[in-house]
Amino acid sequence: MNELALQVGQTASPEAMLFWILAPLTLAAALGMLLVKKAVHSAILMAFVMVALAVFYIAQGAPFLGIVQIVVYTGAVMMLFLFILMLVGVDSSDSLTETIRGLRPIAITAALGFGGLMVSLLGRATLGRGAVGVEEANAGGNVQGIAQLLFSTFVWPFEVVSALLITAALGAMVLAHHQRIQERPTQRQLSISRFRGDSLATAAGLPAPGVFARHNAVDVPALLPDGTAAAASINASLKARGDVLDSSRFELGTVDTSIEEEK
Amino acid sequence: MNAANYLYLSALLFTIGAVGVVLRRNAIVVFMCVELMLNAANLSFVTFSRINGDLNGQVVAFFTMVVAACEVVVGLAIIVTIYRSRRSASVDDASLLKR
Amino acid sequence: MMISNSLVYLIALPLAGAAILLLAGRRSDKWGHLLATALSASSFFVGLYQLSLMLGRPSEQRPVGQKLFEWISVGTFNIDAGLLLDQLSICFVLLITGVGTLIHIYSISYMSHDPDRRRFFAFLNLFIAAMLLLVLGDSYLNLYVGWEGVGLASYLLIGFWNQKPAYATASKKAFIMNRVGDMGLSFAIMIAFATMGTVSFTGVKAAAEQTSTAALTGIGIMLLVAATGKSAQFPLQAWLGDAMAGPTPVSALIHAATMVTAGVYLITRSNFIFDAAPTAQLLVVIVGAITLMFGALIGTAKDDIKKALAASTMSQIGYMILGAGLGPVGYAFAIMHLLTHGFFKAGMFLGAGSVMHGMNDEVNMRKYGALRKFMPITFVTFGLGYLAILGVPPFAGFYSKDMIIETAFNSGGIKGIILGSVTLLGAGITAFYMTRVMILTFTGTSRWDEEAHPHESPWLMWLPMAILAVGSVTSGYLLSHGNALVNWLSPLFESHGEHEELLSPIVVSALALAMVAIGVAVAFMKYSRNEVEAVAPTDVSIFTTIARQDLMQDHFNEAVFMRPGQVLTDVLVKTDEVVIDGAVRGIGRAALGSGASLRGLQNGFVRSYAALIFIGALALIAAIWVVVQ
Repeated sequence: MNELALQVGQTASPEAMLFWILAPLTLAAALGMLLVKKAVHSAILMAFVMVALAVFYIAQGAPFLGIVQIVVYTGAVMMLFLFILMLVGVDSSDSLTETIRGLRPIAITAALGFGGLMVSLLGRATLGRGAVGVEEANAGGNVQGIAQLLFSTFVWPFEVVSALLITAALGAMVLAHHQRIQERPTQRQLSISRFRGDSLATAAGLPAPGVFARHNAVDVPALLPDGTAAAASINASLKARGDVLDSSRFELGTVDTSIEEEK
Repeated sequence: MNAANYLYLSALLFTIGAVGVVLRRNAIVVFMCVELMLNAANLSFVTFSRINGDLNGQVVAFFTMVVAACEVVVGLAIIVTIYRSRRSASVDDASLLKR
Repeated sequence: MMISNSLVYLIALPLAGAAILLLAGRRSDKWGHLLATALSASSFFVGLYQLSLMLGRPSEQRPVGQKLFEWISVGTFNIDAGLLLDQLSICFVLLITGVGTLIHIYSISYMSHDPDRRRFFAFLNLFIAAMLLLVLGDSYLNLYVGWEGVGLASYLLIGFWNQKPAYATASKKAFIMNRVGDMGLSFAIMIAFATMGTVSFTGVKAAAEQTSTAALTGIGIMLLVAATGKSAQFPLQAWLGDAMAGPTPVSALIHAATMVTAGVYLITRSNFIFDAAPTAQLLVVIVGAITLMFGALIGTAKDDIKKALAASTMSQIGYMILGAGLGPVGYAFAIMHLLTHGFFKAGMFLGAGSVMHGMNDEVNMRKYGALRKFMPITFVTFGLGYLAILGVPPFAGFYSKDMIIETAFNSGGIKGIILGSVTLLGAGITAFYMTRVMILTFTGTSRWDEEAHPHESPWLMWLPMAILAVGSVTSGYLLSHGNALVNWLSPLFESHGEHEELLSPIVVSALALAMVAIGVAVAFMKYSRNEVEAVAPTDVSIFTTIARQDLMQDHFNEAVFMRPGQVLTDVLVKTDEVVIDGAVRGIGRAALGSGASLRGLQNGFVRSYAALIFIGALALIAAIWVVVQ
């Protein structure tokens, strides 16, 4: 432990303070990610962990990585996660009851064992010398130093990684690509089919969702003149996802037709 | 302030990520936990870079980030495709192997 | 030895016929029978041509050979597919192709209403080719190929009407009982190769002198087993009666004239072995004597005309085997009886076929009677064959059968007296049952069913019968005139010292004729003077009952071979099910059980796999923790 120890001179106390404040928060956020029900909450906690890690990077003399961490992870990757969450359904939440019998105790036992063994191993590890610190390596600037290595020693992995990136981008496109089975109908064809169809009921377009004067959300079906809900007014993809509010409480039980007679 | 503390933190974050992969059912959360494990490893690399006094560890961490980004892109595309066909993002639903 | 390149045509012509007819299928229905007959006839003419060449040469240059190709060449085991035509084979070649062609002609008419006539002719041609290969092969192995070939053809033809299960069973029975004999032949070949290193006739003949008597006796007994199988001799005789399920021309050709005489050919061909192995030779005589009595006794009780004739065939082949077992003096007489028997028995079978043809395929003689007036030609030809088998001079059987009886008497000592008496008694019984057949079929009062309309057969059928009848009358005189056949065959057999004559030929002939006369008289007393019942009487003596059941041969086979075999099979099946299957299924169940218990891990949930990976990583870390202290 002592061999591995690194005394960080004058910055010791601020960094230690930073660590001891931020590290428990990071651990708590990571644990919370595990325990919260909603995926979107997990994503927020994850973003916090990543920002915290970026701070740790900068504190350890890796400002380039820290910035990249914020830009790439919190900026790009986490946004991507949130986009997908929205696509899949922001409200979708796991029930936290375990369905696979015996998995939870096994996983928790294994995790305790794993963590304990890792900590114990790290405690026993020796380097044989003191820690060096990156001040010297960062003398010409951290970005310059990394660039120096990246374009000399690691130029070949760097190129390979670029190929990997392109492949991944292509792969994502292929996976997300949706093959159109029929040709997309033109506006002209659409209007013709609307008027030549079986009934003229939809000739003027489908009814808009929302209940006039009482509710205007897109997930609430419109009411027809006789007071019943118009299922056709809801977007098909909302229906498919199941995100449709029950509109029965907005329906009119009986339509009052006595007004005309009074006149 | 002992640099090894970062290593302990890294080990604990990695363990939490692993448990998350095992226990969570939402594929997106599982993915986030995988990212957590990768980031824990990155923290170790950066710490080792500091201990050894050269920037190799930081370069490796950089590569890890690139690979992680690729993995996220492809993985999320897969999740979207699966969701499109089975209307579910639960990894338990894709358990066709036993039938 | 002389070389002739035309021998192969003897076999190739009918073989090609079989191949063409079988491959062309229904397309050859219209002309297939004509092609088959023409090819069989052309093979006969090749045989005649070879005979004319052979007659033009001095006796020591008469055998000719032809090497076809190198067949087997493994180390010291070298066998060429070769043919050998000598004085013995030419007799068989002419008998097979001559009688065969006549029966082809007969079958054109006899089978004309059968939709599968073409297939029938294909099998007939196949049989002719296989039988020719049997008698022309120059080694035991080549003979074996032909031996199996005739077995196959016989199986196919007995079961030709295999839509009837009984007929299919009969063909299977014949095939399986023949297999027993075939095993004998293969054992003989193996012993010959093991002790002499060669299986060719010339090689074995040369090596026989240096071979121990024990080995030669073994070979001889195995050859005898083979002969009993193919020639329906005791104890493998039971299949012949059932073989009558085949069409009548088949019975005439295969089960009277040619194939069943293959055993006689085999023993005669192997004369050098039997001459050097007296024990085996004695067994041959005993088998022949038993069978000739056996067949004769069965013949007395059979009401089925074809089965009566089949029993007679068995008995007559018993005579031949007995003659062949008497050693050098008997070979030529066995062959002579074989040839004359080929004529008169084939003729009588064709006559029986003609009767059946006119009687709606009725085979029960008790439902015949008085057919003489309706089928005059059949009556005359059948009658000539009848006189020939009885041995009435100057018909063929008189010469050949009396020679065997005489040789049996003169074989010396008590053995000679016993054998002579048996053959004499057999001749008497033969006279009895053949007379019975004649009386029941052709004379007396008619006992037909009402729908029967007996009529004479067309000329295509009676012409072959007439030719065979001429042969039955003349062949005996021609073959024995001036010892023609004996001198012809003598170069093949060891010269023999003369035995003292126990009885002179005149006395033997007189005795034989007396026995025949007694047999005929008894038959007349029993069947001609009393009314014959249309249904076989059931209140008969125990002996008749036994004789009707083929002297219990099937009961014997079933009790001694089939039942123990079934018990053995049952035990083996049980053993297989309990022990072997138990072990196999136990392994299977163990695998299933472990699989079922391990299947829980393979539950299809990605997360549980991830948990397993996690546990693996934990194990790895734990290992490092333990090792790195």
